Amino acid sequence: MWIYEKKLQYPVRVGKCDVRMAKYLIEQYGGADGELAAALRYMNQRYSIPDKIIGLLTDISTEELAHLEMIATMVYKLTKDATVEQLKEAGLGAHYANHDSALYYENAGGVPWTAAYIQAKGDPIADLYEDIAAEEKARATYQWLINMTDDVDLMDSLKFLREREVVHSQRFREAVEILKEDREYKRVF
Amino acid sequence: MSTQPLTSQALNPQGINPQLPNSEERFYAPFRGPFDPCPPILCKTYVVPPQLFLGFQPPNLPQFSLPEALRFGTLWPALFSPYSPQNRGGN
Ligand SMILES: [Fe+2]
Repeated sequence: MWIYEKKLQYPVRVGKCDVRMAKYLIEQYGGADGELAAALRYMNQRYSIPDKIIGLLTDISTEELAHLEMIATMVYKLTKDATVEQLKEAGLGAHYANHDSALYYENAGGVPWTAAYIQAKGDPIADLYEDIAAEEKARATYQWLINMTDDVDLMDSLKFLREREVVHSQRFREAVEILKEDREYKRVF
Repeated sequence: MSTQPLTSQALNPQGINPQLPNSEERFYAPFRGPFDPCPPILCKTYVVPPQLFLGFQPPNLPQFSLPEALRFGTLWPALFSPYSPQNRGGN
């Protein structure tokens, strides 16, 4: 089970009314390498991975939900006061037709999220390598998002999220190292 | 009259940006064809963040202060990867 804390993992401040940025940020909401995909991928892989790795997948998948909430906050702030005209200009006309300004799990191109984005192979090495790749792809997406905005407040939150991908990648790499080690041999630091 | 394509090797043997000695930025010069329709991007960059090199994180590494750690997104200077916006095509 989970306990919910009613605050964001890191503050989200949006300093500029740049509605178009909302369309791009959606990539990290419902895109193939986004936070929803990450959270669900890791949460599901937990069941068929060696015991030593389960806790890591639980922790990271939980954190990804906190990131999802940060992205949602950014998109919400950017779209909640937008007029239909502004949404159309920002390339969100089709989104408005289907969802008004509700958030939806889709990528920047408007393609709905699908479980086909994520894999559970049942092979611990294959799954962890997928997870490492997912973290690097999310890191790259954050870089492109940072490159696309000149809002320093938004950039600040995006840099935090990017750094977390770096840390997650490191931990998944260590998980691979743990699995490569000798069976029940205990590692002593 | 293009002579020899400019490669990252020619710019710097390691592909390391000489302006930024500890930078995580790497660059390369993409191939430039004689009939390319658009003005070329001469130099492309990518980032090699610290987790690629750390292996198993060694014990007892230095830590950021807690306020710093909360701001940067990591407790560990060894895993801190600052990123600043890059222009496509760069400089
Ligand atoms: Fe992540």
